[in-house]
Amino acid sequence: MSLELKNVEKKVGIETHIYPTNIKLEKNTINVLLGSTLAGKTTLMQIMAGLDKPTSGEIWFNGENVTGKQVQKRNVSMVYQQFINYPSFTVFENIASPLKIIGVNSDEIKERVGKVAELLKLSAMLNKKPDELSGGQQQRTALARALVKDSDLILLDEPLANLDFKLREELREELPKLFEDRECIVVYATTEPSDALMIGGNTATILEGKIIQYGKTLDVYNKPENLTSAKVFSDPPMNIAEISKSGDTCKLTDNSVQWKSNVKIKDGNYKIGIRPHNITTYKEGNNTVEINGKVLISELSGSESLIHFTNGNLNWVSLSNGIQQKNIGENTKLFMNVDEFLYFDENNRLVNHG
Amino acid sequence: MNKTINQKAWFFVVPVFVLVAFNAAIPLMTVVNYSFQETFGNNVFAWEGTRWFKQILLSERFHDALGRQIAFTFIILLIQIPLGIGIALTMPKKGWGVPVCLILMSMPLLIPWNVVGAMWNIFALPDIGFLGYSLNAIGFDFNFTQQPGDAWFTTILMDVWHWTSLVVLLSYAGLNSIQPAYYQAAEIDGASRWATFRYIELPKMKKVLTLAILLRFMDSFMIYTEPFVLTGGGPGNATAFLSIDLVKMALGQFDLGPAAAMSLIYFFIVLLVCWVFYSLMMKNEVRS
Repeated sequence: MSLELKNVEKKVGIETHIYPTNIKLEKNTINVLLGSTLAGKTTLMQIMAGLDKPTSGEIWFNGENVTGKQVQKRNVSMVYQQFINYPSFTVFENIASPLKIIGVNSDEIKERVGKVAELLKLSAMLNKKPDELSGGQQQRTALARALVKDSDLILLDEPLANLDFKLREELREELPKLFEDRECIVVYATTEPSDALMIGGNTATILEGKIIQYGKTLDVYNKPENLTSAKVFSDPPMNIAEISKSGDTCKLTDNSVQWKSNVKIKDGNYKIGIRPHNITTYKEGNNTVEINGKVLISELSGSESLIHFTNGNLNWVSLSNGIQQKNIGENTKLFMNVDEFLYFDENNRLVNHG
Repeated sequence: MNKTINQKAWFFVVPVFVLVAFNAAIPLMTVVNYSFQETFGNNVFAWEGTRWFKQILLSERFHDALGRQIAFTFIILLIQIPLGIGIALTMPKKGWGVPVCLILMSMPLLIPWNVVGAMWNIFALPDIGFLGYSLNAIGFDFNFTQQPGDAWFTTILMDVWHWTSLVVLLSYAGLNSIQPAYYQAAEIDGASRWATFRYIELPKMKKVLTLAILLRFMDSFMIYTEPFVLTGGGPGNATAFLSIDLVKMALGQFDLGPAAAMSLIYFFIVLLVCWVFYSLMMKNEVRS
């Protein structure tokens, strides 16, 4: 089982929504489409599902060309950001609806709905109407409807975006388990890098209608092919600075910070990308370098502290564990974990890692 | 901090009290007053108790008018609601067609009621009206001023022409508030067009449709101007609906007492039907 997009392009009028795209999704994988709003995630999913036709290119499923095949005839299910359920049906009827349409007998419907409902903790609510449920339960119902059918392709379009923080965390943890022993391809669209990391599987970073990089989630995160991919997969935004390297000495081009590095790249000018959590108020890692900064903003979020500061002409973002109280305008010393720096060449391609 | 005490604010409420008193409370109380008394003019009144109410409730004339009224309202609701929903479903959802349709649909609603009556009167005249003449020309014996069936046909057609737009506009608004994802979800499920209508569109339109039915019920139940101009209640009493009959009694015969009693009964019927219908429709709705 595999889903393959071959040179798929989507234009609406003169605007290009999806640039020619090639991607192959394998059986039993969860694939995260990661990109900001309007990057083209939803369009891509609708093309995958058959809800929308590509302007050019082909979609192959299991070695069969399914371009233009109607969505009803393909075994697909989809969950949306909004909680989409039949308003006049009970939870049971909602979950059963896709089975009824394909003519499954009522004993089997009962059994399958019961199983899925239990999996999604809906057993106690089977007789309620969607209106009477909380947002989280409504989305669980929609998920159950998508799961009950044993689809070949399950598309989840930002399913957690409309939920509050607690419910989002809870459901996000459960999601990968739900698909663990299912014979299907799961596609999950999200704007949040943390979602991708939590879910694992594979990730495709998307920007402005182009897939930048596709691969194992951790690989894409640790070894972004290029600066764009690294930026898409970083929240809070990645710090980027220009450096020059000569011998084993690297320094920012304004000479404010200098460090020893054993990366095996030629001498010259590079850009470095530093994720915020690799700049901290304390030393972390074996190899750190100090950076002086003037605090712009300091935000506390429970167990983490986000400190925005300036060094030279650049604004930096750092993310430290614990509560690190800093005053605005204060001069402070932070530590960067040299081993985690990403080096990019003049074409913004990653040249080395660490 | 001390609260400033300023009773001047009450003055701002006075205009509302005066307005409501003049346009609702005082006229209504006058009617209540008349309904329990007999008057021969010159401001001479005699107490009659509930006599007029009994008389009206038992009179055949009232029963007939009420029967005609119920039949009329029932028929136009039966036509206008499905027709309105049907038209709303076929209207375009985007593009230049939207404003065109919306303007065309609102046209009948903007025409004054007596103009509608006059228009249809002329339109349906068997000798010179386009509708009446055409119907006769193709072989129907059509004359709405003399044949009760034709009078009903014309009145109903006029009301459908005048008011279906309201149902269309309300249904259209209801349909447009449904997120596209619902249709996609139905498509993925493989739901038929009918199932999509029955299980997505109709439940999502429930509230606007309730409103549309209530508005059309009240308006048609109290209809006066259009049939008055079109048929004047005739031929005979064939299209004398409740309001027409009421005005005949009050102004034609100057029976103020019975007319007042009839007004109140009429008023309570409308109130009761609306209340029962609304309660039934909203019984299962969750309050949000």
